[in-house]
Amino acid sequence: MRAFITVIGKDKVGIIAAVCVLLSEQNVNILDISQTLFQESFTMIMQVDMTQSSAPFETLSERLTQLGTDMDLTIRIQREEIFNAMHRI
Amino acid sequence: MINKGEILQTIEMIDQQHLDVRTITMGISLRDCGCADMNKSCDKIYDKICRKAGDLVRTGEAIEREFGIPIVNKRISVTPISLVAECCEANDYVPFAKALDRAAKEVGVDFLGGYSALVQKGFTVGDERLIRSIPEALAETELVCSSVNVGTTRAGVNMDAVRLMGETVKKTAELTKHQGGLGCAKLVVFCNAVEDNPFMAGAFHGVGEPECEINVGVSGPGVVCQALKSAKGAPLDVAAETIKKTAFRITRVGQLVAQEASNRLGVPFGIVDLSLAPTATIGDSVADILEELGLSSVGAPGTTAALALLNDAVKKGGLMASSSVGGLSGAFIPVSEDAGMIAAARAGRLTIEKLEAMTCVCSVGLDMIAIPGDTPAETIAGIIADEAAIGMVNSKTTAVRVIPVPGKSVGDMVSFGGLLGEAPVMPVNTCSPAEFILRGGRIPAPLQSLRN
Repeated sequence: MRAFITVIGKDKVGIIAAVCVLLSEQNVNILDISQTLFQESFTMIMQVDMTQSSAPFETLSERLTQLGTDMDLTIRIQREEIFNAMHRI
Repeated sequence: MINKGEILQTIEMIDQQHLDVRTITMGISLRDCGCADMNKSCDKIYDKICRKAGDLVRTGEAIEREFGIPIVNKRISVTPISLVAECCEANDYVPFAKALDRAAKEVGVDFLGGYSALVQKGFTVGDERLIRSIPEALAETELVCSSVNVGTTRAGVNMDAVRLMGETVKKTAELTKHQGGLGCAKLVVFCNAVEDNPFMAGAFHGVGEPECEINVGVSGPGVVCQALKSAKGAPLDVAAETIKKTAFRITRVGQLVAQEASNRLGVPFGIVDLSLAPTATIGDSVADILEELGLSSVGAPGTTAALALLNDAVKKGGLMASSSVGGLSGAFIPVSEDAGMIAAARAGRLTIEKLEAMTCVCSVGLDMIAIPGDTPAETIAGIIADEAAIGMVNSKTTAVRVIPVPGKSVGDMVSFGGLLGEAPVMPVNTCSPAEFILRGGRIPAPLQSLRN
């Protein structure tokens, strides 16, 4: 199963590192990362493969949300299908 | 590969423009639950609902988490209870409503619809008993919703039923007067009711439907409004195209959720109902869309035309996005559930007469309108008759959900809480239609040719 993780918030040191460590602990493979910075607003989009993930979707989602709260960012994970449904025929 | 702009657009639609799946509604047939012994019949109903819908809420929540799209309500619709209950000899059907309420609470859904009767051409014994029990049933349950179909294009309008429903609405308000007549918010009178509607209060599981199915209702007036901002000042055909494209995207999400729910629950997928269903939250309003099209206020001359454009474009966009579009599909115009409508009604810019005209082109009818508590039953029946006539002649679904708020008069506010919102009490024409209503009988089905 593939999913997109989006991180939106104020830029600071260690955002990517923290997300990557969390994903690596759960054996989630990162397929693609893109990041932009506009003024101080940070946006990162990450495509991941969860096929080998050691945690179920729910747990991973909760941990990412918690990490977001801790770092004062909004972190979401959503299955890829919703974006395909909305933007591709 | 999906690009960054598309991902962020989706997130913005959900986060800031209130895109949501309004409901996953499981339709369950209760036709095998009829029994001469009422208690046994109620037990069968309770058991069947718990068995079929036991995983509905959990599954809905899991889908919500994985796709990151809010699924606001999980609901159940059942076979019109008059069909199930008339197998037993009891006179009082309220125990059936209580059994439905207990089952709905047990499985954790938000509402259950189907305390209903279809009487467009006449009453069976069971139909009449059910209708007479509606006020008490709605007063003594929390989650049960009721609907009665009083007319169709093919059968005409049953004016005895219209008269009875005028009285029923009035009694329902009286029995729930401590809650501002809340019972009436759970009661809809239809013409041309649809059998696969997932929206409340009018959902029921029609007799032509399968044993069990999943119907999904999608919403998103805020998304349509936002998209129209990018076409500001453009000709109306361009605006219609913009609405179609947006409706397509929204419906695709509904289709995805419906298929996922259907697979996980092992229940066939029925339909996606693409209805722009507003909530009282700012930015989630159908009135705002009409105003974005260029009206200074909803209710202004031009409102009916703007709504006609919106309703049609929503259907056209939705049709291609789903393998099966059904239900009511279009734009709802409930007054108490739409911040823009509430504001216009409070300021006197939107009247019941204008709303009636709007129902000729919207997807349903006069919805969630608070009227003075001393409005006579015959006047309410007159409103129902007018609305049914519009539906009958124009071959469309129409409905009336009005709340004669006990003890309140024009200008007072009444609050129903949650998705039901709050509404100003609107003035009703005080000329009496009593003699017309008391005639009873039927309005014959209309001609289908010479349509001018």
